[in-house]
Amino acid sequence: MDNKIILLVEDNPDDEALTLRALKKNNISNQVIVARDGSEALDYLFGTGQYSGRDANLTPQVVLLDLKLPKVEGLEVLRRMRANESTKLLPVVILTSSNEEQDRINGYDSGANSYVRKPVDFNQFIEAVRQLGLYWLILNEQPPARRS
Amino acid sequence: MFRDYSISKKLTWMNMLVSGAALLLACGAFIAYDVISIRDGMVYNLSMQAQIVGFNSTSALLFNDPHSAENTLSGLKAWPNIVSAGINTLDGRPFATYQRGQSSQAPAMPPILAGQVETYRFNRSEVVLVRRIVFQDKPTGIVYIQSDLEGLKVRVAQYLGVAVAVLATSLLAVLLISPVFRRAIAEPIVHLAWIARIVSRDKDYSVRAKRTGNRDELSVLVDDFNGMLSQIQERDTALQRAHDELEQRVEERTKELATTNKELEAFSYSVSHDLRAPLRSIDGFSQALLEDYSDKLDSAGRDHLERVRRAAQRMSVLIDDMLNLSRVNRSAMRREKLDLSAVAKSIAADLQEAEPGRLVEFVIESDLIAMGDSRLLRAAMENLLRNSWKYTSAHSQARIEFGKSQQNGKHPFFVRDDGAGFDPRYSDRLFGAFQRLHTAAEFPGTGVGLATVQRIIHRHGGEIWAEGAVEKGATFYFTL
Repeated sequence: MDNKIILLVEDNPDDEALTLRALKKNNISNQVIVARDGSEALDYLFGTGQYSGRDANLTPQVVLLDLKLPKVEGLEVLRRMRANESTKLLPVVILTSSNEEQDRINGYDSGANSYVRKPVDFNQFIEAVRQLGLYWLILNEQPPARRS
Repeated sequence: MFRDYSISKKLTWMNMLVSGAALLLACGAFIAYDVISIRDGMVYNLSMQAQIVGFNSTSALLFNDPHSAENTLSGLKAWPNIVSAGINTLDGRPFATYQRGQSSQAPAMPPILAGQVETYRFNRSEVVLVRRIVFQDKPTGIVYIQSDLEGLKVRVAQYLGVAVAVLATSLLAVLLISPVFRRAIAEPIVHLAWIARIVSRDKDYSVRAKRTGNRDELSVLVDDFNGMLSQIQERDTALQRAHDELEQRVEERTKELATTNKELEAFSYSVSHDLRAPLRSIDGFSQALLEDYSDKLDSAGRDHLERVRRAAQRMSVLIDDMLNLSRVNRSAMRREKLDLSAVAKSIAADLQEAEPGRLVEFVIESDLIAMGDSRLLRAAMENLLRNSWKYTSAHSQARIEFGKSQQNGKHPFFVRDDGAGFDPRYSDRLFGAFQRLHTAAEFPGTGVGLATVQRIIHRHGGEIWAEGAVEKGATFYFTL
């Protein structure tokens, strides 16, 4: 389980800290790569920019994607992921505070695997992260790795 | 039928009738006068003839010489109209006769009354004059003369012929001349009628009737008619202008409204989204403090942090409720048939599932159908039933009902519970946004739920009201 990487795409440093804390609280010790905006996320996923030359074996097990991101929007990141062979099947969980129907529609439309709302209550958040971890890291069968 | 003739025809007929009647009267009067004159003339002639014959036959009578009398009588041959004549003796025996043509009996003779010298009688085909022959003041005999009326008849026939000719000619003249007068009267009227028909058929108010140039009532009528048309035209253009203006204004207003709505939508979305993020931080790091530094905090400190957390969470709920409330106003409504009973049952099932430990009896009337927006009504039902669920949570057992009742001629739906109820003195605050009749310690809530329900019900054109008493439960009625 240790080599399963979680890519967290989150621009808010508070949310980032809280998410990492929630993961720790749930004893999820996987490596977490944090991208603070859309273009950083894409750089990591495709091995470009600041992440060029990274080991291609290090594809994330799951991507936790926020929607409101600077530079490149969350949905755009998702779309580009789905358009690219190497990341097309990568599980993406949209983790956002928005509950708008339109966002949900767009999220699923663009190819998200799951849509989870970030609760304000931190205890609830811990519980949500626990369940996410349980599902995506343990229960869910990873799609086979693809070479581009 | 005369009533339906055209004005021209009516005028012509009237002219002809009047002229004809006048002429007939005139001719009639003249002919009558003439006939009387002729008859008087005939009587006069016969009287003269009778006198002459009588005078000339006196000696024949006296000397009893009928032959002589007959000679005298035969002198009447000279007048072709005299059919017969005769002299009778005083006692009525025929003395001498004269017959023109075929022999016939003596005519019926009118009796001469005492004091009269002669008398006469007209009948259909003849006139008979009877006269006493007097000699030296002594009556000696009676002479009668019978004449036919051929002459009269011929004269009358001639007169009639003339009269007919005159009548016919004058009627013809009327027919020929009246068009001239018709033009002055009938034509403007017919023209006006034609223009009126065009106006009413084609709704064309730009035509005008031709002016006659006179000063009579017809031209006044034409001028006023044209005036009316001008007024109608003006009014039409004004109306059209007002209508266009209104349309434009409505369009502008609608556009404004749509823009406002969109702005509001975007605003509330971003506000709610952006407001939540800091709340997460507040809650999360307060929790972090509580967990990581619990040994450095005394109970007061922990209590402070708990309050901070609770406040943040409460604000989150508030944001959600406010967003819902504003969304209720802005969302488009679609009316369709909705089974409220099924909705109630499904919400009840959800509530029961979320807290299976609670003993709540749901009594839901079946087949209650309503017309409305399914999403909004479902939201309203959820609010009401969740309220009932919440406010009965203090009791170990509860009963929540949904049904339809009858009140003052209305048929409202109702949601009733036997929970905490409310003080009816404050019932007008029930539906105010953020107004609560219980503290957050007794029952959690933001006070927006009922305001949302009220807005939904009002958008459907219905009413909502509540009855309740403290600790005796509450009933919420609504119509759609």
